[in-house]
Amino acid sequence: MPVKIRIPTPLRKLTNNEEIVEVKPGTIGDAISELQGRYPGIKERLIDESGGVRRFVNVYVNEEDIRFLQNQDTTVKDGDEVSIIPAIAGG
Amino acid sequence: MKALKCRECGREYPLAATHVCEFDFGPLEVVYDYASIKKSLTRQVIQSRPQTMWRYRELLPVAKEPTVGCQVGFTPLVKADRLAKRLGIRELWIKNDTVNYPTLSFKDRVVSVALSRARELGFTTVACASTGNLANSVAANAAAAGLRAYVFIPADLEQGKIVNSLVYGAQVIGIKGHYDEVNRLCAEIAGKYGWAFVNVNMRPYYAEGSKSMGFEIAEQLGWRVPQHTVVPMASGSLLTKIQKSYQEFIKLGLVEESPYKVHGSQATGCSPISAAQKAGLDFFKPVKPNTIAKSLAIGTPADGFYALKVMKETGAAADDVTDDEIREGIRLLAECEGIFAETAGGVTVGVAKKLIASGKIPAKDSAVLCITGNGLKTLDAVAGHVGAPREIRPSLREFESLLTADEVAPTVA
Repeated sequence: MPVKIRIPTPLRKLTNNEEIVEVKPGTIGDAISELQGRYPGIKERLIDESGGVRRFVNVYVNEEDIRFLQNQDTTVKDGDEVSIIPAIAGG
Repeated sequence: MKALKCRECGREYPLAATHVCEFDFGPLEVVYDYASIKKSLTRQVIQSRPQTMWRYRELLPVAKEPTVGCQVGFTPLVKADRLAKRLGIRELWIKNDTVNYPTLSFKDRVVSVALSRARELGFTTVACASTGNLANSVAANAAAAGLRAYVFIPADLEQGKIVNSLVYGAQVIGIKGHYDEVNRLCAEIAGKYGWAFVNVNMRPYYAEGSKSMGFEIAEQLGWRVPQHTVVPMASGSLLTKIQKSYQEFIKLGLVEESPYKVHGSQATGCSPISAAQKAGLDFFKPVKPNTIAKSLAIGTPADGFYALKVMKETGAAADDVTDDEIREGIRLLAECEGIFAETAGGVTVGVAKKLIASGKIPAKDSAVLCITGNGLKTLDAVAGHVGAPREIRPSLREFESLLTADEVAPTVA
């Protein structure tokens, strides 16, 4: 079972409307590079000029925010699920 | 309304149910035509209208007359002399949204805008991710408007806030997790079912509703911006919108320009924004919340960056208070002013006390505290900490021996 990445609505134009994209195990950084290889342009949507994840982009591995893990160095293995979600308002 | 615009990169979008920039995920904000608003919106025009938040309608993002929550807002601005004395400040005001209509929190402001706009855009089902107050407001206002409502809340919320959503017939979904997890799930659901999620895809409209609290403060103070405003922070949105309301009134010439600071308050058990402000950072580190102030328990505050920016630009401060200080703040406000606030109100009073004591709000100045929700909704947080009634038999002797213990003598008529 590969790693599954859930693509949020605003980025699906880049993935030909694919909601779930499968990538090889590695780190979050590797996964983003693999996405970029297949869907050129997607990386700059997620990563800012300084190389960090954009401040309004939240990335979760199996429901845990990667900022509580090792950010882009967080490892993802077979069967893991990655969600990319815009930050949203209070309630 | 002219368009939606990304706060990060400035790209513009049509006025639809969409909340993030496709390019950088930055939040979208409504753009207004201030030049044309300035021609028609005067103090006299505003004063001639009914006393609701909709008296500032030109500055709220609906295309036509509002259809939901037409009676919301214009809550009392109370001059709090007794509390001012206790906190050691010359002049203090309470903006009392504990009595906002219909669900006793400031959330009725944002919901009336979001649901009015949702109807304009043709939605029949509305939804929200909520720490409680928003769920209550969406449930009630949707019921009154004949809209179907789904509200998503953390499963461990206060009983009062759960019952307060169920009673209106809303579909209430309790999520086993923190608000941030509820939020994440809702972000994934929002795009899928064609619903108007008030704080997800309707957020640009929803968030603007908070400005009405600031407009009212300025008008009720006699058309002036307060020197200091203390605002509770969950996502940080309210703080940014209070500042925006002051800026808009200045821009439209409705108030004179004068220096003002908008200070932020959080609970120590969930203080990503105040911790960053105190450390002088312009970014925050997400946290896992652990506080009795559940309505403020957002560990990944979406508007945290902008709240930090506003505090920096206005030279304001932030601070946070412990659970015990929150309860003390609730009691101070209740005992001095007869206003029973929920935990977020205790946070704001507690932080105001600290900011005054440290001189960050100078004792010679004037301040407004934004009290956003009613204490009857969070009884769990204070029950057991406010004493208990003393029970006696219906006997005059027992009552008199009780008074003797209290050293109260009878007065002769």
